[in-house]
Amino acid sequence: MALFALRRLVLAIPLLIGITFISFLVIQLAPGGPFDYIRGEESGQDSKLIERLNKEYGLDQPIYVQYWRWLVRIGRLDFGRSFQPDAKPVLTKIGERLPITLFLNFIQMIIIVALAIPIGVASATRQYSLFDKVTTVFVFIGFATPDFWLALLLMILFGVQLDWLPISGLRSLNYEYMTFWRQQVDFLSHLILPVTVVAFGGLAGLSRYMRQSMLEVVRQDYVQTARAKGLPEPVVIGKHALRNALLPVVTILGLSLPGLIGGSVIIESIFAIPGMGQLMVQSVFSRDYPVIMGNLVIVATLTLLANLFADLAYGMVDPRIRFAGRRGRRRR
Amino acid sequence: MRGARVGSLLALALLALVSLLAVGNGGRRVAVAADEPAANEKPAYGDTFVQASIGDITGLIPNITSDAPSHTVSGLIYDGLVQTDKDLNWVPSMAESWQFSKDCLTLTFKLRKDVKWHDGKPFTAEDVHFTYKTMMNPKTPTAYRDDFELVRDVQVLDPYTVRVIYSQPYAKALGSWGTAMLPKHLLAKYAEEGKLREAPQNTTNPVGTGPYKFQEWKSGEKVVLVANKDYYVQGRPYVGRIVYRIIPSQATIFLELKAKGVDMADLTAIQYARQTDYAAFKQDYNKYRYSANRYTYFGFNLKDPRFADKRVRQAFAYAINKPELIEGVVMGLAREATGPYRPGTWAYTDKVKRYPYDPAKARQLLAAAGWTDKNGDGILRNKDGQPFTFTIRTNQGNEERKKLAELIQQRLKEIGVQSDIQTIEWAAFLKEYIKQKRFEVIILGWGTGIDPDQYPIWHSSQMGPDQLNQISYANSEVDALLEKGRTSCNQKERVATYHRVQEILAEDQPLIFLYFNDALPAVSSRVRGIKPEPSGISYNFIDWFVPKALQRYTSG
Repeated sequence: MALFALRRLVLAIPLLIGITFISFLVIQLAPGGPFDYIRGEESGQDSKLIERLNKEYGLDQPIYVQYWRWLVRIGRLDFGRSFQPDAKPVLTKIGERLPITLFLNFIQMIIIVALAIPIGVASATRQYSLFDKVTTVFVFIGFATPDFWLALLLMILFGVQLDWLPISGLRSLNYEYMTFWRQQVDFLSHLILPVTVVAFGGLAGLSRYMRQSMLEVVRQDYVQTARAKGLPEPVVIGKHALRNALLPVVTILGLSLPGLIGGSVIIESIFAIPGMGQLMVQSVFSRDYPVIMGNLVIVATLTLLANLFADLAYGMVDPRIRFAGRRGRRRR
Repeated sequence: MRGARVGSLLALALLALVSLLAVGNGGRRVAVAADEPAANEKPAYGDTFVQASIGDITGLIPNITSDAPSHTVSGLIYDGLVQTDKDLNWVPSMAESWQFSKDCLTLTFKLRKDVKWHDGKPFTAEDVHFTYKTMMNPKTPTAYRDDFELVRDVQVLDPYTVRVIYSQPYAKALGSWGTAMLPKHLLAKYAEEGKLREAPQNTTNPVGTGPYKFQEWKSGEKVVLVANKDYYVQGRPYVGRIVYRIIPSQATIFLELKAKGVDMADLTAIQYARQTDYAAFKQDYNKYRYSANRYTYFGFNLKDPRFADKRVRQAFAYAINKPELIEGVVMGLAREATGPYRPGTWAYTDKVKRYPYDPAKARQLLAAAGWTDKNGDGILRNKDGQPFTFTIRTNQGNEERKKLAELIQQRLKEIGVQSDIQTIEWAAFLKEYIKQKRFEVIILGWGTGIDPDQYPIWHSSQMGPDQLNQISYANSEVDALLEKGRTSCNQKERVATYHRVQEILAEDQPLIFLYFNDALPAVSSRVRGIKPEPSGISYNFIDWFVPKALQRYTSG
């Protein structure tokens, strides 16, 4: 298994280079350059600066030269500096935004998993019952509700009218003057609305997947066998069926790991959360190539790693899959 | 529709009820309007002022940033030698006096001797010289070098006297020294190497001489400033702490305002006119309205032969109903523009040709230019039978401009001119359309600054791809006037010059000046000392205060 993992890791390097090259090309295809913002709608700004900056940052060079320079720097783990006037190192910029996004996404994922799996199992075992129908409608309402709309409604209700929860941001303004525990309460109360909105919207996918997978499994012979030998239903479902039904869900969870570092732009903008989603979108709008590329490298690396982990996790959940010499076939 | 209205009425009623209850519980809320000074409200130090900002700042050295949020924040950290007063005249700031030579070629500043940088070092003439050198250093990424191109030399006569020598008289000479002064003792090394952007003063530790000191910048979240207790003007500013909260959604800013989470935010026209017109809001906030230095225009590509004909442009001006646009798009919260200067400023004149809504006259002018509807299908064609059609382009995400485009499209259709509307993302718009002059008509705006010199926008030498005369306007008389206006230091003479410029522009209609937008800030009613002037409210920010009894936050 170690050998398998190693081989996959080595093979990932050319893949990563390919991904970055294509990304680099695509980003530069978008019209407009990183310094065009200087020419705004104010008179009295010197437009010669655009040309000077393009030269200084090597943007007047052919694209393969630019890519090669970038690749050489990345090889030394130098992600460069942002093109914005603050010229912060890319890693600093990402470092400022990543913790809150990771934290939020992690909580959201736990809540979604904790709710979606029981919902999926319960509606599968009671297929076409009232419970199944109600939860189906519920999760689809969540899926279909635009999150910015729900967010605004909740903000009006809990933030403006009832005044129970803060509307936006991460901390109150007098945060520094609070006791330690008060600070934790303050921080968590800021997270309630955004986490609720995202979790409500994210329930549908996973719970439907769980339901489907469970429905397939409960029809299998070994479940019949388990029932036939007189095991109580909770054991049949909870032990024999669930373990197998979880397999595809594990794949999905593994593949959603890289998503943990990408924030939702809409949620972040509405709740004024300074996360990765906002950083990425602002970088795209301002054509801040180093930040976009830095972000992409990290996401691509995580995606490849997550793929690998999903495969490895398979081996643990499903003993039939072995990695010795040949890669085991992934079941769908 | 009815249901929605009843719903929102209910919501309003509920809201009013909630806020009444809040008043009942709080008990201490004083219902005094801000412009009604109560005897016991002495100016007091302290409290925190929370301002909502829709965008993050991009850096803390204003000389190398070019966005509004950065300049707002830096404006309180740094001072220049001069500043503007409530009437937008230049008055002393760090310079206590100045003198122009008779030929206007030398300008001598006497500096105040009591000014200190935030780190305690004295501010001297060396810093002025350094700031000038930095602005002129080709490695400095500043967009404001033009202000200093005509300076031949800056001489330090003694630590508190600076002489600036110009190669030719320059009208904006005095105002250009309102530029933020930079600390030589901290930035000399970075400026020389052209690494000003990477200096810690640009991201974590800016040092200025202004009324507020920097405390922290949490990227995407907030910028915090605290009062400079050693400020050289009449002690220190009253408000103890300022927090700029970065809230990227207009809707969220508005909700925060309703929940009293922010003390100042700019309202949109519809928020100002309709959504804040209830008692609770009026009690918690004072709304202000003044004309901003920014106008919206409908601009022609004058390289397009159809629009090169003045009669066509004038016809469009007659066909567009400006009062209708102002009413329909910004709820009447704008002032009709007749030229590039804001009504009320010293360069403005209203004695120019006007174009009241008159579709008949528009058709007449178009017919004279060869555009007629011979077959009666309602579409104007030229003598080769080509219909008059074009595309109105504007930047994506600006609802106001999109609505303008739609209303204008309708009015033009009535005189037989067909148009499409296209909105394009800003960077792409600049690159693909503006720079390459691949547009027919655009709806955009210009921020005009304080001085009436608009050489970069109107002079025929400024038509390059990165330059601002994007509509390719060329008029030799205007060129001469602009040159004269910017090299004169006689205000009377300049008034006459710019009046003539406005007359020509009104006659030529190189673009149709639509309106000057109003700025519509709402400020918490617990803040006192605000004196609205035609130029705005923020000019006397350091005099704003919150009476002790109404202070809401500890200011640290």
